[in-house]
Amino acid sequence: MTTIEKAITPDIDDSHYQSKTLVCDGNEAAAWGVALARPDVMAIYPITPQSSLVEYLSQFVAEGIIDAELMNVEGEHSVMSALQGAALAGARTYTATCGPGLAFMFEPYIRTPGLRLPMVASLVTRDTLTPQCVWGGHQDAMLVKEAGWIQMYCETVQEVLDTTTMAFRIGEHPDVMLPVNVNSDGNYLSYGATGIQLPAAPLVDAFMGEKNVNWHAALDPERPMAIDPLTGGAGGPGPSMFANYRKSQCDGMQNALRVIEETHKDWGDRIGRYYSPLVEEYRLDDADYALVTIGSMTGAAKDAVDLARDQGEAVGIIKIKTFRPFPVEAINRALSKVKAIGVVDRSVNFGWNCGPVYQETLAAAQRLQRFLPSASFIGGLAGSDITVEHFSQVIEDTAQLLKGHHYDEPIWINRND
Amino acid sequence: MHELRIHGRGGQGAVLASKILAKALVEEGKFVTAIPAFGFERRGAPVAAFIRFDDQEIRRVNNIYAPNSVLSIDSSVIRAINVFEGLQPGGTWVHSTKETKEQLTLPEDLSTLGLCDAVSIAMEIFRRPITNTIMLGAFAKTTGAVSLESLKKGLETANFRDAGLQQNLLAMERGYHETQVFHIQPHLVEAI
Repeated sequence: MTTIEKAITPDIDDSHYQSKTLVCDGNEAAAWGVALARPDVMAIYPITPQSSLVEYLSQFVAEGIIDAELMNVEGEHSVMSALQGAALAGARTYTATCGPGLAFMFEPYIRTPGLRLPMVASLVTRDTLTPQCVWGGHQDAMLVKEAGWIQMYCETVQEVLDTTTMAFRIGEHPDVMLPVNVNSDGNYLSYGATGIQLPAAPLVDAFMGEKNVNWHAALDPERPMAIDPLTGGAGGPGPSMFANYRKSQCDGMQNALRVIEETHKDWGDRIGRYYSPLVEEYRLDDADYALVTIGSMTGAAKDAVDLARDQGEAVGIIKIKTFRPFPVEAINRALSKVKAIGVVDRSVNFGWNCGPVYQETLAAAQRLQRFLPSASFIGGLAGSDITVEHFSQVIEDTAQLLKGHHYDEPIWINRND
Repeated sequence: MHELRIHGRGGQGAVLASKILAKALVEEGKFVTAIPAFGFERRGAPVAAFIRFDDQEIRRVNNIYAPNSVLSIDSSVIRAINVFEGLQPGGTWVHSTKETKEQLTLPEDLSTLGLCDAVSIAMEIFRRPITNTIMLGAFAKTTGAVSLESLKKGLETANFRDAGLQQNLLAMERGYHETQVFHIQPHLVEAI
C-alpha cells in the first residue's frame, strides 16, 4: 500500500503533502487518477484512442506505482466479466475502453449496474463504425447512456485526473453503488498534453477514506449467498421484486446527483480544485441566450463567447459535466436564465434527427412550462475539430432564434470544412 | 498566445519533440497545450503536432490552422505538403536543411528564418537521421521563445536515459549553436 507514496513523494516531510507538476496527456492523467485511488484489480484490452492509457497502467504496475492485479485478457467481454468477479469479491476495480471495444463489452457492461457493482471504466470516447474511423466523438458513450452507468464528461486533462479519482468514491457511496464512466474526448484530451498538478497521495488517501468497496454482496465462502438469481416473470413475487430492483437502481442514480456534488466539494476542500459537478454556467447570469456544450469542446466555446461578448452579444454557456444521471434541476436552473439555446453535440441521435444532448436538454426544459426556442448543432464527429470560428458561427445562428428564426433540422458544423 | 506547428515524418519524433517543448515551456511558467495531428501513424508519412503557449490559461483544445511559427524537422516534408498553410504574416519558419536561404522558396511575408543542417549533425551523433531534438535547439535559437536550459530540462524528464540522454542533450545544444538565423523583414516580427 505504500508503493504509490514512494513513487510520488520519496521523503516523509512537508513535501509529502505537496502536489507535483506533470506535463502529460489525458490518457496518462487518467492513469495517475487511477493510481491515486489505489485499485485492487484492473483488467485491460487496448483500443485506439485508449491504448496508451492502459499502457501507462501496465507501466505503473511494473514500476510499483500501482499495487494491483493487472489482467491482460483476450478482449473487452472478458475484461468486464473478470472485473465483475473481482468486484464481487470486494475489490476496487478499473478498466478503460471505447468505440468497438465498448461494443464488444456490451453484454457484461449492461449487467454491471444491475449487479450494483461500483466500478470505474474510463471511456476515451470515439466515434463509431461505419464509416471506418479511429478518431474521437461521443457516439460510443451516447450509445450506452441507458445502460445504467453514471457518466461524467471531462473538459480538461486536469479534470480527467481529478474526476477519475473522484469516480471511485462516487460509485462506492452506499447510497449509490453503481459503476461510473469517466469520459474524455478521444484524440483532443487523450493525446493532448498540458501541464497539470498531481495531488499528493496522502491528501487523496484522506479524501478516499477507508476502503469498503462492496459491502452489499461478496463472494465469500464464510458467507454464502446467491448472486443474481432468476427474477421477474408475471407470477408470484417476481413482478414486484423485479420492479423494486429496477426502482432501487433508479434511486441510486438519483442519489448520485447529491453524492457527485458532495464529492466534488470535498475534493475541492482537500485538494484545492473545484469543478461544477453537474452543470457549469459560464457568463450566464446576464445572458439572453446560451450554448449548451459537453466535454473538451467547451474551451473553444468559452473563447468564442468572450469574443461575442466583446461585440455586445449577451451569450453564455451551459456546460454539462454529469450526463448520467441527467441533472434536470441544475439544467433547468440554468435554462431559466435564457430565452434561447443552441445545443452542440459531438454525436448523432438518429431517431430524432438531432444530437442526443439536444434531445435530453429539451426533455428537461419541458418542465419549465415555457417554450424555449432551440437549435441542434452536430460537430466534432470522427475527430473533426470544433474551432473558435465554428463556435462564433454557432453563436450567430443561435442568436437568430431570438428574432423568431426556426430551424427544422440540425446544423452540421463541419459539413463545409 | 503563440501557435506553433511542427511538421515531420512518422518515426522522426515530431510528437515527442512537441512534448519535450511543452515540458520546457511549463518549466518556464508558461501555459502550454500540445496536440498531435491525428492520422494513421505510418513511418515516413507526413505528420504534424500543434503547440500553443501563453502567459495565461489556454482553454481551447483545437488543432492549429494559422500558426505564428512553423518548425519542419524533415527537409523533404516541404515537398510533400504545404508547411506554410495558414502561416501568419510576419511569421517564423525553422527548417532542417542543407540548402541555403537563397535556394529555398520562402513565403512573401516571412519575418524570421532559422536554418539548421540537422541531418549532418544527427549522422555524427546518432549515425541515424533523427533530427527532432536538434531542431528543438534550432527553434530556441531562432525564436528565443524558450531557453536551451529549459529544453534540456524538458529532455531530462522525457523517457531518455544514459547514453541516449547524453546524445540528445548534445544534439539539442548543437542544433542551437549551429542554426543560422535570418531576420528577413524585422519590421514584421511579432513578439513571442
